[in-house]
Amino acid sequence: MGQDIVTALLAIIPIGLILGLALAFFSIKFAVKENTKAKAVRTLLPSANCGACGFKGCDDYALAVAEGRAEANLCVPGGGETAENIGALLGVKVEPPKSVAAFVHCNGNCEATGKKAVYEGISSCRAAAMLYSGPGACAFSCIGLGDCAEKCPHNAICVKDGIAHVDATKCVGCGICQSVCPHNVISMVPRKASTAVMCNNKDKGADARKACKNACIGCKKCEKTCKNGAITVENNLARIDYSKCNACGACADACPTGCLKKVNFIKK
Amino acid sequence: METFKTLIVILLSSVFVNNYVLARFLGICPFLGVSKKIDQATGMGVSVTVVMLLATAVTWPIQHFLLDPFGLGYMQTLVFILVIASLVQMVEILLKRFSPALHKGLGVYLPLITTNCAVLGVSINNITDGYNFVESVVSSLGCGLGFLLAMVLFSGIRSRIDESKVPVPFRGLAVTLIAASFISLSFMGFAGIVDALFA
Repeated sequence: MGQDIVTALLAIIPIGLILGLALAFFSIKFAVKENTKAKAVRTLLPSANCGACGFKGCDDYALAVAEGRAEANLCVPGGGETAENIGALLGVKVEPPKSVAAFVHCNGNCEATGKKAVYEGISSCRAAAMLYSGPGACAFSCIGLGDCAEKCPHNAICVKDGIAHVDATKCVGCGICQSVCPHNVISMVPRKASTAVMCNNKDKGADARKACKNACIGCKKCEKTCKNGAITVENNLARIDYSKCNACGACADACPTGCLKKVNFIKK
Repeated sequence: METFKTLIVILLSSVFVNNYVLARFLGICPFLGVSKKIDQATGMGVSVTVVMLLATAVTWPIQHFLLDPFGLGYMQTLVFILVIASLVQMVEILLKRFSPALHKGLGVYLPLITTNCAVLGVSINNITDGYNFVESVVSSLGCGLGFLLAMVLFSGIRSRIDESKVPVPFRGLAVTLIAASFISLSFMGFAGIVDALFA
């Protein structure tokens, strides 16, 4: 009896010892060198994992920055502060990132536009858009089923009165909403913008007007009013080039349908 | 020829008739836990297959050249757990170093299956069934493939369940277990088939 225990112990202890030593040897001999620089950069990032930088989440971006494959100012949610911190860590000068916010280019609320059909399918813009470009009278409008609101990691979007609204104080500018919108109604607008086009309808003026009272009719009054040539009308739709816009607001005063609106994003 | 036939019978019977998940009810934890998506299920299945093969290749010699000669057969479970766990850890370290891509694919599952009961079960059953070394390896390959098959089948069923309207009291684990029992029942139909094939 006593001998059995001794034999068992004598057999098990060496096995355990050998395996333990082997494991220790393996973990030292084949240790993977982790990039300490990437780790340091990673701690500075906001961990939103939004993908606005164009990389697969914060880990991937930190590695890219540490290896010099990416600029240090690409983190949109982190903004200027994060870019500065990374610059300080790496000892390079970093330009502050562009501060942008998501904007819904549609003002087709329940009052201004109607429905061409009653949609009773899955409650998702992408599904609804597959059937005749959505249930709304306007084929370019915000469908209002809230795919963007659902995907927004910061709860900055809500659907009010049939269209999505972005709360600019909560928006970090990651651009996820822009990528999920089937009608491409959302785009990223610089926060310094003072005017924005509240329409996405590329039909001719009369058709657009029939679909929605607030639509852009492509009359080109804004194009003529703008002294800096910042506005162009393409495909019957006004488009603002914010690099030329000096925020005078004259276009918004000239717009007959009110689809060019003065906006004020809170600085961030 | 006779040995070849035996090997085929062992392989087929361990995939279908004695399927570890669906007939012997071992390895249920990863079966229910990691079968939500088909790619994860495949990753888990492949990892389990690899670990089962390795474990058998190591534990069979240990049983026959170390434990049996010293009359330590009763220490089987303890020794096997010890050996399999450290073996998997070593494989993980090696993978991380030499094949980061493979480590990303399989690495997350490896710690989960270090002492998975299906892996331990295969090693022990190979000994109790009295298989020789080659038979043991073939049997563990079959068991791994059977596990992979069960995982992939079940993940397909689960994705269908996700899309369908399940009565409220059955939502979640309840309906998953019911589905698992059905697929297990269907595998019971394989009993006796393989022997009859080669009779």
